[in-house]
Amino acid sequence: MAEIVIENAVKKFGNFFAVNNVSLTINDQEFMVLLGPSGCGKTTLLRSIAGLGMLDSGRIMIGGRDVTYMPPRERNLAMVFQSYAIFPHMTVYDNVAFGLKMRKVDPTETKRRVQQAAELLHIEKMLDRYPSRMSGGQRQRVAVARAIAVQSEVLLMDEPLSNLDALLRLEMRAELKRLLAELKVTTIYVTHDQIEAMSMGDRIAVMRDGIIQQVDKPNAVYDTPADRFVGGFIGNPPMNFIEGQVSAQNGSVNVHIGDFAITPPEGIVPALKPFEGQSVIIGIRAENIETFTKPTDNAMKVQVLVVEPLGSQNLLTIKIGTSIVKVATHPDFPAAPDGDIWLRFPIDKVRWLHRDSQKALAPV
Amino acid sequence: MTVEAKSVPVPVIVASEEMQAVRRRALRRQRLNRGMIYVVAIALAIWIILPIYLIGSMALSSPAGVRTYPKAIFPFTDISFDTMSFFLQSEGILPGVINSIVVALITLVLSTLIAAPAGYAISRYIFPGRDFYRLAILGVRAFPVIVLAVPLAVLFIRLGLFDQVHSVALMHTALTLPTTVLVIGSVFASIPYELEEAAMVHGATPLQAFRRVIVPLVLPGIAASAIFTFVMSWNEVFAASILTLENRTLPAQVLNALNKSSPEFQFAGGFFMLIPSLIFIFFIRRYLFNMWGQVTK
Repeated sequence: MAEIVIENAVKKFGNFFAVNNVSLTINDQEFMVLLGPSGCGKTTLLRSIAGLGMLDSGRIMIGGRDVTYMPPRERNLAMVFQSYAIFPHMTVYDNVAFGLKMRKVDPTETKRRVQQAAELLHIEKMLDRYPSRMSGGQRQRVAVARAIAVQSEVLLMDEPLSNLDALLRLEMRAELKRLLAELKVTTIYVTHDQIEAMSMGDRIAVMRDGIIQQVDKPNAVYDTPADRFVGGFIGNPPMNFIEGQVSAQNGSVNVHIGDFAITPPEGIVPALKPFEGQSVIIGIRAENIETFTKPTDNAMKVQVLVVEPLGSQNLLTIKIGTSIVKVATHPDFPAAPDGDIWLRFPIDKVRWLHRDSQKALAPV
Repeated sequence: MTVEAKSVPVPVIVASEEMQAVRRRALRRQRLNRGMIYVVAIALAIWIILPIYLIGSMALSSPAGVRTYPKAIFPFTDISFDTMSFFLQSEGILPGVINSIVVALITLVLSTLIAAPAGYAISRYIFPGRDFYRLAILGVRAFPVIVLAVPLAVLFIRLGLFDQVHSVALMHTALTLPTTVLVIGSVFASIPYELEEAAMVHGATPLQAFRRVIVPLVLPGIAASAIFTFVMSWNEVFAASILTLENRTLPAQVLNALNKSSPEFQFAGGFFMLIPSLIFIFFIRRYLFNMWGQVTK
């Protein structure tokens, strides 16, 4: 059992809060992704868990043990570094066996486990080689093999795929996911790549400015972002945000975008009502907007600015009021620059956000 | 579905007369530039190699050969070790060689022992005054050796250290430290800190991480700086001749005997002093380039 509990973690560099009062629980055998733009504190948090940087305050528990003040070697974990950090003066075998030698595992067992780890990563034929004669992808495999050979209960990964080229990254992503599911270790995976986060994580913790904005399953983070930042950071293209005016007439609440009115679902009405006469932000994903070529009920007429064919879909750029909106359509949908089309927002796919705090309004 | 490779006719592009002329001029300019670089490089090489060649050829001819004039075009034709053996058997030379080796070895050990931790510290830790410290290290070299050596001689006389190989070694350590600290510092700086962290995460103590990961990686660099120290000390003449009277190192001894000695003695002495430097440069040129920021790997 290796549940990781982070309580009120704070890490400062001078006056700058790299990690600002973060609390997070990672369940046993869970694959948790720390996602955020560079400088958001995700790597700092990971290094604190590894013991490579001490917290200024707060507590870190691994498997019920308080490890906050323990050196890295006593925390019983393994790590894959962004630069791989393979020892250049050791053969692949010695690199993979390093953790086992340090833990004084007996030689036959060491040999067996190195062999096993090497086979899992398909480097069993390169055990005698030196890293200088290997490609980036192969070194990456050595780094992962070294980390899994120690069979620790916790595996930390710091942007392990960011130094690989795009095709190799795609391949390793799937391979790592399968491997880690097999190994049943508790994994914390740091990345700035939202696609990696979406495709690999059991849960995603989205970080910004040292604070965790949202922790949830990938689809939940994608569909129901907690705030404008999360919605904009996850997804390509980012979620669209449009300002709308709230009005209440005869007990029914509507949100107006220009002349066009959207009727929000029942559940959100109580949360919207206090904003009568003010504006809220409507968030919707590009692929959730329905498009029509002729006037349709509850659809708003707009003019297409740009059409970008992307193969699997066409991406339309549209201006609504002052907001630029991206709409994904089927490649067969006939849209031309400067042409008119009609858009409908399916109300169950719409996020409603506070205009000032930019946080999602909770359905009551 | 397979697509058969079709041979596409290659269009022949015929450049106009004018374009061909432009192209020829560009090529000529490029060749000329490259030629100039070679000319300069060869001139520089000759400037360095010629004196070495002359000293070597003189030192390896017979004493009579040294004095004959005009010289043979290929002076190495009559190789003889008489000149060298005459030099080595001269009075004070053999003790000088021993003194030089002892001084150089003490300097090497002291300098490396001090410079290795210092180099590690300035490359790995950010501490108040780090930049000033780095600059101050070079400060020693800003003073002419004479400014340092004369007061030191006075001090050593007072302390009873004068005219001893140890005092010369201390002086040489002070003189070589700036370079060794900076060289070793740059060697440490070239090793990513993440390697140490990776070792520690996977179960090593800081000491084990240093011994198993860092030491094997810096050893060649430290060895290079040690050889460098050795040669600096071996060649240093000024401080050595001020700080000693009887127990002279080889360069001091040669310098002392230079005025009253024959040409063959001078050639042999010069050549003998030269050998360690040549061997040294051959082995550590890679690290010297590294020091100036050129990546060689």
